[in-house]
Amino acid sequence: MNVKIPEMMNRPEVLLRGNFACAGCGLSIAYKTAISALNRPIVVIPACCASVIQSLHPNVTYNVPTLNIAFAAHASAASGIARAKKMRGEDTTTVVWSGDGGTYDIGLATWSGAAERNENIIHFCYDNGFYSNTGAQRSSATPRGAVTTTTPGGKREKRKSVVRIMAAHDIPYIATASIGYPRDLYTKVKKASLIEGYRFILIDAPCPTGWNSDPAITPELGELSVKTGFFPLYEIEEGKLTFSKRSIRYKDPANRLPVENYLEKQGRFKSMTSDQIKLLTDDLQHEWDMLSRLE
Amino acid sequence: MKVIILNEEIELKDPVLPLGRPTLGSAGETGDWRTYRPKFIEENCIKCYKCWLSCPEGTIRVDAHGEYPYIDYVYCKGCGVCVHVCPGRKKQKALEMTPE
Repeated sequence: MNVKIPEMMNRPEVLLRGNFACAGCGLSIAYKTAISALNRPIVVIPACCASVIQSLHPNVTYNVPTLNIAFAAHASAASGIARAKKMRGEDTTTVVWSGDGGTYDIGLATWSGAAERNENIIHFCYDNGFYSNTGAQRSSATPRGAVTTTTPGGKREKRKSVVRIMAAHDIPYIATASIGYPRDLYTKVKKASLIEGYRFILIDAPCPTGWNSDPAITPELGELSVKTGFFPLYEIEEGKLTFSKRSIRYKDPANRLPVENYLEKQGRFKSMTSDQIKLLTDDLQHEWDMLSRLE
Repeated sequence: MKVIILNEEIELKDPVLPLGRPTLGSAGETGDWRTYRPKFIEENCIKCYKCWLSCPEGTIRVDAHGEYPYIDYVYCKGCGVCVHVCPGRKKQKALEMTPE
């Protein structure tokens, strides 16, 4: 059951107007939807685009307590905050808000430790598929064929599945969401906030600057990634996977839109050959098959 | 110094840490980034609030549920997301981009 709009309107504004985010930023939509669902959040931000858009000292665009920390320290810092707040008896929600660089690559050891200790943290990863704040270098979340500044001929390797690594930790709640469906995202965050332990939410956040796409179609790219089967939406609770309502019909490859519909709207996939698109389609099907085993 | 965080007034001592404060327009008046301006046409609005949900900047403002949205042109960066997501009434969009 999706959340109603009046409930979302009554929540405080967490991202103030006039920040350094690019026009049509997917991260901004993800942030203002997800964080506004939480009660008394404390946000830990490693180096990522979220630490850039908050603007210059002494002004901050975030209307919630925020700690900026080194790339590989986000989940350990959040563990300390969560435990200290529990000892002092304060009812707060400790949140890690990191990009795909901080989750897939550099922060992996840190969050793996925190997930193993089952710290009381919500870990958000907004996934735009590359290191956006340093100028679009490849990360292990970059899909096959995407052009970045360090893969000028298109990436040759497939994208890593961080959710299946996270699922191997047997944490209480894992979900994926997309900015194409903000109410679905809000509902999942609300659900996660009622669960105790380490919770992980992966958000697909298109980046018009790095993906070389039109800023106006940012939400449409979020929807298309779901409809083409590029980014499946699901929840994993206590090791049991359920596909979300928006995504369940795309489990059958016949119902999916052709993946070219999604790729042609982005400049980073312009140079892809039909062989590479075939390999990419196989990657997506492999991911769906592996996820179906967790059902 | 008193600051307001999430509608709660909190008393802060002089900061010894590099502590920033929530500020409206922390990157300046970002409205001057804009080359196209979204124009709101009230009679085509069905109050679905999709523009409010998807606006990255939060410049589509709604005072209360059931009222028409309006646009804060001081900070609107002119990305065009609101125009793209608007379903409109009878295929007539309630928002359109006009040159600045």
